[in-house]
Amino acid sequence: MKRMKIFKTQKLNRSVAGNGLLFFLMGIFGVLMALPLVMIVNNALKPLDELFQYPPKLFVRNPTLDNFVDLFVAMNSSWVPFSRYLLNTVIITVGGTVGHVILASLAAYPLSKHRFKGRDTLFNMVVLSMMFSWTVTQIPNYMIISWLGINNTYLALILPACSYGMGLYLMKQFIDQLPNSLMESARLDGASEFRVFMTIVMPNVKPAWLTLAIFQFQQMWGNTGAMFLRDEELKPLQFALQQIAAGGTARAGASAAVTFIIAAIPITFFLICQSNVLETMTTSGMKE
Amino acid sequence: MVQLKQKKAPALRLNAELKKSMPSYLMIAPYFILFFFFTVLPVLASIVLSFTDFNMLEWPEFTGWTNYIRLLVNDDLFIVALKNTLLFAVITGPVSYMMCLLFAWIINEFSGKLRAFLTLIFYAPSICGNAYMIWQIILTGDRYGFLNGILLEWDIINEAIIWMKTEKYVMPMLIVVQLWLSLGTGFLSFIAGLQTVDKNMYEAAVLDGVKNRWQELWYITLPAMKPQLMFGAVMQITQSFAIADISIQLAGNPSVNYAGSTVVTHLLDYGTVRFEMGYASAIATILFLLMVGTNKLVQKLLRRVGE
Repeated sequence: MKRMKIFKTQKLNRSVAGNGLLFFLMGIFGVLMALPLVMIVNNALKPLDELFQYPPKLFVRNPTLDNFVDLFVAMNSSWVPFSRYLLNTVIITVGGTVGHVILASLAAYPLSKHRFKGRDTLFNMVVLSMMFSWTVTQIPNYMIISWLGINNTYLALILPACSYGMGLYLMKQFIDQLPNSLMESARLDGASEFRVFMTIVMPNVKPAWLTLAIFQFQQMWGNTGAMFLRDEELKPLQFALQQIAAGGTARAGASAAVTFIIAAIPITFFLICQSNVLETMTTSGMKE
Repeated sequence: MVQLKQKKAPALRLNAELKKSMPSYLMIAPYFILFFFFTVLPVLASIVLSFTDFNMLEWPEFTGWTNYIRLLVNDDLFIVALKNTLLFAVITGPVSYMMCLLFAWIINEFSGKLRAFLTLIFYAPSICGNAYMIWQIILTGDRYGFLNGILLEWDIINEAIIWMKTEKYVMPMLIVVQLWLSLGTGFLSFIAGLQTVDKNMYEAAVLDGVKNRWQELWYITLPAMKPQLMFGAVMQITQSFAIADISIQLAGNPSVNYAGSTVVTHLLDYGTVRFEMGYASAIATILFLLMVGTNKLVQKLLRRVGE
C-alpha cells in the first residue's frame, strides 16, 4: 500500500523550468518522428489523382476508402485464397515470436543466475554473434537448412528465428537485475529450477519479454519467406501483399493501402504490449 | 593407492559438478542447439570461406590470406568505405545512444495512455517499414522537394540542390536520416529498463541529498539500469557499423563518387552483385573484428557510469 502512495506522488526532484524544457524538446522531435505515420495514413486515404499529384502533398484533401476496396478486389482474385496466406502468417509469426521468447528466456535464466562450466563462453558467443554480418551467413545458412531437410517448410523460418542472439542477451540483462534472494526463498520451499523460472523469474521481468515480443513480432511479420518457401500455399501474407504493391501504376491505390496494413498490424501489437509494460509499473512495487 | 585416488578425484568431481548443473544444461539446451545450427555453423563457415575464392557456383578454392591482402592493400574503395563507416559510427553511434536514453527517460516522466502514445510516436520511424520514403520526398532534388522549397523561400539558396547526388551533402544527409531512425531497439529496451528501477531508491536519494533530476539520473537511475545500458550499447554498435540500407535507398549503390559507400554496401556489392562470396566473407570478418574491438572499449567506459 505504501508503495502505491509513493507512485502517485512520485515526482521528486522536478522543477517547472526543467519540465518546460523537456516538453518543448518532446514537441519538436515528436512532430519529426510522427511524419512517416502521418504520411502512411494520409496516402492510404488519398484518391488516385492525389496519389499521383506532383509535387506530392502530405495531407489528403478528399479522403476515400477506395484504396482498400481496390486491395480487397486484388486479394480476392489471387490464386491461393487469402485466408491461406493469413493462416501461414499466423503460424510463422506466432511460432517465431512465442518460440523465441520462451527458448531465449529459458536459456537466459541459467546463464544469469546459475554457475556451470562453459557459461561465460556460451554467453559471449551469443553477444559476439550479433556482430557478424547477416549477408554472408545467408548462404551457409541456406545450405544447413537444406541439409536438415526443413527447406520449404514453416520450420525453415521459425527455427532460426528462435535462436536469434538479441533476445537471449536482452532477457539475460534483465534477469541479472533480479535479486538472488527472490529465487532463494522459492528454492527453500522445494521448487524445481523450472518452477522458479516460471513463477518467480518470468513474472518479474515482464517488461523485458513484452519488449522482446515487440521486436520479434516485427521481424517475423516483415519476413516474406521468399528465400525458403517455394510453394505458394506456404507463403505468408507479407509476400502476397508485397506482390500486390509491386503491381506498379495500375495498383498504386491498393499499394498505398498495403503500406498502411503492413504498418498497422505491428503497431497494434506494439500498443497492446507497450501498455502492458506500463501496467507492470504498479505491480512491480510488490516484488520481494 | 593414494596416487590412484588422487587421479580419480578430479574426474569424480567433474562428474558430480555435471550432475549438479544438469538442470542448467537442460534449460539452455533447446536454445543452444538451434543457435549452434543456425548461427555458429554459418558464422564459422563464412570465416572459412573468407580464405577461399568462392563464386557460389563452383566448389570454393582455398587461397590463404589473398582476400585479406587484396582488401587491405589493393582495394581503394574499401578504404573509402571504411573511412565513411568509421565517420558514420563515431558520430551516429554515441549521438543515437544518447538520444535513446534521453527520450526514454523523458517519456518515463509521463504516465498512462499518453505514455504509450508518445512511445509509439518516437518509435514510429522504426516500426513503419519503409520510413525512408518520407526522406525521399523531403530531399527531392528539384524545387518541389520540401527542403529545397523551404530554403528557396527563405532565400538561403538560389537554386535547388540535388541533395543525394552532390558529393558533399551525401554523408551529412545520411547521418541526419540515421539519427532520425535511431530510436529503435535500444530505445525500447531503455523504456523497459526504466520500469525495473526500484521506486524506493528515488525517495532514499532525496534523503541522501540528491537535489535535481540530473543528479538523480546519474547517481540513481543510470547505475540501476546498467545491464540495459550494456545491451543498448551492443545494439548501437551493430547498427552504427552496419549502416547500408539508408545509403542504398537514398544515395544509391554505388553512390556519387562513393560518397555514401560503407563497409556493408561494399560487402553487398561483392556478395550480391559480383558473386565473390569469399571476398565478401573477408569483408564481413574485418567488420566483425572492428565491432568486437569497439565493444570492448565501450563496455569498459560503461562500467564507469555513476561513479
